[in-house]
Amino acid sequence: MTARIILQATDIQRALTRIAHEILESNRGAQSLVLLGIPTRGVTLAHRLSAVLENIVPGSHVPVGSLDVTMYRDDLYQQPTRTTSPTDVPVNIDGATVILVDDVLYSGRTVRAALDALTDLGRPDIVRLAVLVDRGHRELPIRADFVGKNLPSAHDERINVNLMEHDGEDTVSIDTVVAA
Amino acid sequence: MRHLISTLDVTRDQAIALLDVAEDMASVSQREVKRLPALRGKTIVNLFFEDSTRTRISFEAAEKRLSADVINFAAKGSSVSKGESLKDTVQTLAAMDIDGVVIRHGASGAPLLLANRGWIDVPVINAGDGTHEHPTQALLDAFTMRRRLHGAGSRGKGLDGVKVLIVGDILHSRVARSNVWLLRTLGAHVHLVAPPTLLPWSIQEWPVTVSFDLDAALAEFAPDVVMMLRIQQERMRDAFFPNEREYSLLWGLTETRFSRLSESTLIMHPGPMNRGLEISSAAADSPQSTVLEQVANGVSVRMAALYMVLTGEREVSDVH
Repeated sequence: MTARIILQATDIQRALTRIAHEILESNRGAQSLVLLGIPTRGVTLAHRLSAVLENIVPGSHVPVGSLDVTMYRDDLYQQPTRTTSPTDVPVNIDGATVILVDDVLYSGRTVRAALDALTDLGRPDIVRLAVLVDRGHRELPIRADFVGKNLPSAHDERINVNLMEHDGEDTVSIDTVVAA
Repeated sequence: MRHLISTLDVTRDQAIALLDVAEDMASVSQREVKRLPALRGKTIVNLFFEDSTRTRISFEAAEKRLSADVINFAAKGSSVSKGESLKDTVQTLAAMDIDGVVIRHGASGAPLLLANRGWIDVPVINAGDGTHEHPTQALLDAFTMRRRLHGAGSRGKGLDGVKVLIVGDILHSRVARSNVWLLRTLGAHVHLVAPPTLLPWSIQEWPVTVSFDLDAALAEFAPDVVMMLRIQQERMRDAFFPNEREYSLLWGLTETRFSRLSESTLIMHPGPMNRGLEISSAAADSPQSTVLEQVANGVSVRMAALYMVLTGEREVSDVH
């Protein structure tokens, strides 16, 4: 099993900067933006993205929250019981432009759950999706609005997103899971 | 976790995972939509053969917040009063394709019987059986202690080194039993104080220290938590102590005793309280008292227990 590195730290930083600019372009500024990360690494990415946005637009404040989707998943009875993560939404999202942030977009089922979870928290004007890696293989009619890297992959490949805060390095790598 | 019958079966990792999930459940109660879809389409029966207000309502609130369909069964006014056996009652429910049972029963061991006999193949949660166990009460007590002691940093932590003093009717108390096992698993030290007549025979085998003098124990053990147990009039079939006044003087948390405690000592009581008997109003209504927090936390902890027991893939069962 050999891991091939797809993105280095500078590539990740560059991708986040580009996504930040795209968000500002589509939102025509930083006003009423709220970033909600999907635990665990989505939250970390959301914090970084917020810092980039606030850097580009001096004086702006882009709140960041975390949105746990465990209770909304459609596979609660197909997988071993999952533990939950905190949901922490610091501001009222009614009327806001919510950007959901996750590390990898795959089947789209996590995002489906996130949209349901969001409905229980309020009614944003607009919801968009930002991901660091889109690896394809969608099972639901869901697409990302902002993508760091499109990475066509096979089902038996695994995408590893490593972030400094959790893994001590910033890389995205791909490896093949060899069946035991 | 397939069932929740006894805190003896709960490992440290499972207990901490459950308390962590309960932390996330607690935040749901603060939201406008106090509901999660995790148990949507699941039917849970609350099978209460013994009277209960807070436990039954707490379970019902927890089930509804997880979107389960709830059927409440009280033995009074049911076929049980016509002499139907537990087995027949349960098989009747099984025929209705329910997905989980929460049972309270006056006989110790009834929930285990339900889980093991193959009468019904669904998860079983013990909501109190006789003088045996009341695991969700112990879990909510541990959750309350952890929150008070560690605050926002509770996640992932046990109760290592915490000194808990449990006072009162240990003999009849399922709350005490469940707490003793769980607190040991989480790393706490437990000391029991009771009249000798209200201690069980097997006490030497419990992982606790025991004494009979409350004032001495409060001074020497210097507890972080004092848990007062209810004097269970309904189970008192013998003369365990001369009279209530004497009990209160020797083993009650009177105003005088309470005033001598450090201000950081938590006062816990599983409810319902006999004010003036085992606990004074001064203690029960003080800021150190967690009585109402325990009730609020009960819903979050029971949501976590239901979630942990009911979700997850089912191994192919060997019954039927």
